[in-house]
Amino acid sequence: MGVLRERLYRTVRLIRRFEEQAIELVRAGVVVGGIHPCIGQEAVAAGVCATLSEDDVVLSNHRNHGHALAKGCRPDRVMAELAGRVTGTAGGRAGSLHVSDYAAGLYGATITVGHGAAIATGVAWAAAREGSGRVVVSFVGDGAMNQGALLESLNLAALWQVPHVFVCENNGYATTQAVGTFMAGSVTGRAAAFGIPAETVDGMDPEAVHEAAARAVDRARSGGGPTLLELVTYRFDAHHTFEHRVRLRYRAEEEVARWRERDPVALQGSRIPPDVRDRIDREVEDVLAEAVRFAQDSPRPDPADALDHLYATGMRPRAGVVG
Amino acid sequence: MPKLSYLKALNRALGDEMERDPSVFVLGEDVHEAVTFVTAGLLARFGPHRIVETPLSEQGVANVATGAALAGRRPVVEFAIPFLLQLVLEQVANQAHKFSAMSGGQARVPVTYLVPSAGWRPGWGGQHSDQPHGLFVHSGVKTVMPTTPTDAYGLLISAIRDDDPVVFIAPRQALELREDVDYADLVPVPLGSARIHRPGTDVTVVAIGHHVHDALAVAESLAGEVSVEVFDPRTLYPFDWAALGESLARTGRLVVIEDASRSCGVAAEVLATVAEEMPLAVPPKRITRPDGAVVGCNPDLDAALQPTRDQLLAAIRQVTKP
Ligand SMILES: Cc1ncc(C[n+]2csc(CCOP(=O)(O)OP(=O)(O)O)c2C)c(N)n1
Repeated sequence: MGVLRERLYRTVRLIRRFEEQAIELVRAGVVVGGIHPCIGQEAVAAGVCATLSEDDVVLSNHRNHGHALAKGCRPDRVMAELAGRVTGTAGGRAGSLHVSDYAAGLYGATITVGHGAAIATGVAWAAAREGSGRVVVSFVGDGAMNQGALLESLNLAALWQVPHVFVCENNGYATTQAVGTFMAGSVTGRAAAFGIPAETVDGMDPEAVHEAAARAVDRARSGGGPTLLELVTYRFDAHHTFEHRVRLRYRAEEEVARWRERDPVALQGSRIPPDVRDRIDREVEDVLAEAVRFAQDSPRPDPADALDHLYATGMRPRAGVVG
Repeated sequence: MPKLSYLKALNRALGDEMERDPSVFVLGEDVHEAVTFVTAGLLARFGPHRIVETPLSEQGVANVATGAALAGRRPVVEFAIPFLLQLVLEQVANQAHKFSAMSGGQARVPVTYLVPSAGWRPGWGGQHSDQPHGLFVHSGVKTVMPTTPTDAYGLLISAIRDDDPVVFIAPRQALELREDVDYADLVPVPLGSARIHRPGTDVTVVAIGHHVHDALAVAESLAGEVSVEVFDPRTLYPFDWAALGESLARTGRLVVIEDASRSCGVAAEVLATVAEEMPLAVPPKRITRPDGAVVGCNPDLDAALQPTRDQLLAAIRQVTKP
């Protein structure tokens, strides 16, 4: 337990500080396009991914840095990806929105919300056929639970009993819409409709998340089919860094303050000895200082290569302008 | 020599490729019963893990195919009606097509989307009669539309083997065609290679899909009067511009016939590219459906919106008149 405790703390702390640094890089103009921070939601990524091996696969969404780091992507390469540098996990082609690292089992983030879950069902279908015991996890928000393609994939995953764990990070909002204003029924009710076991879990507590995820992953690995986990969580920060400029007012300050009292980084930190915590904090700072340096110092892709990788076969399309 | 029908060619290509490569499998509605015939006999040969019956969940299934492809499979998704391709435009153009680029080359998505009944058939009404190939061409998704059984066989093999997503459209009006073939002569046809069905010296007719057969009939009827070259791109994207350039270097005149909306269609692209890059003796002509036409279910009204042989003949006369 001690080892897991420390590991979970290290991960939530890493994600928190990574995103704080990334926001700095957005402000400095190094990360163009902004980011969707998951500050406040770190327990979900840390708890779920701690139950996975490198071979297991994650499909993520727009709020993906936590998933990437928890799945084992190198922080320096993820930071470089955000900054669009050639040393990034996708050579600077993905940016913040589409971070992927196939070696680490992160098959990317699709920004049509909910659709990554359907792609994950396909990966899980193939995993089940090859009998590898690989498990696939998809992360979606509460807003995504209203996408038709996601509901279709719940049906398909249940029908085919594929090893797919659907993780819904219910942070209460889809951009500015409060969940109660847009969701008829409930997150777990959608799973129930398809006969998929579902559980609502405290998504602010890394250990509670880990326990529930371990049950779901075990079920998937042993051929028991899909599970849906609703992790009740909260984002302390903006939907997207553009909010830092436009000052939206869809949440009361008291509400944010109340949730901040349940900070997952503080909670997990309180479970380990202070000296160990300090050591981990220092290590994380070192890793991130190096990551920021690495990202800033890495070269940008050559504009002449803008069409690289458009086709897996290497086909080059015609130029947009004919000379 | 055996007679090979277009549908049998598709069926044979699928079977051959599934035999050769265990990662190939089919997903679709009614594929167990082989309603379109394309999967006839394949369930018995390969079982339900390779011929996968799916619910009516096209968007989910198209995404599942992407996921299975990311995991190393080569899915062929069958859509029995062309409008279903419009339903999954997002999954094909925005998801499957973009994974390679967005991942910096880490991902490949070798999915084939097979539509073995594309296009208009009389009396099927407004929502069964669209021709969506241009949407995929516009999105940069590889798109093929063979018009003969041999080409259907060869291009389906190549589409399945290709590491990128490929939309494969079998034109409705070509499905009943038969060809005398020796099975040993069935070979892969490379994507992006055009075929000249009939050489000529006065005018090049670029005919898309089933209109190849109209163009051949019109060319025959004009024999002795006008020498018509019938050019079948076979692959709409990538288009074989080099072959078209060579053809126009011989003829210097161009008519394009395509059963799809006029604006931003493949015919429009052919005219635009030729205008920019290739010498023409006279302005070209295109024959298409009216813009955004909704084809009804009255056969006479339907037919009034389709490109016809008479229109083609008139256009050929116009561009070749002395
Ligand atoms: C299908 C779709 N509709 C709209 C958007 C624009 N959009 C991006 S993120 C977002 C909010 C998503 O909310 P939720 O799924 O709850 O995830 P969260 O941002 O709360 O993590 C929206 C509406 C999108 N990306 N995809």
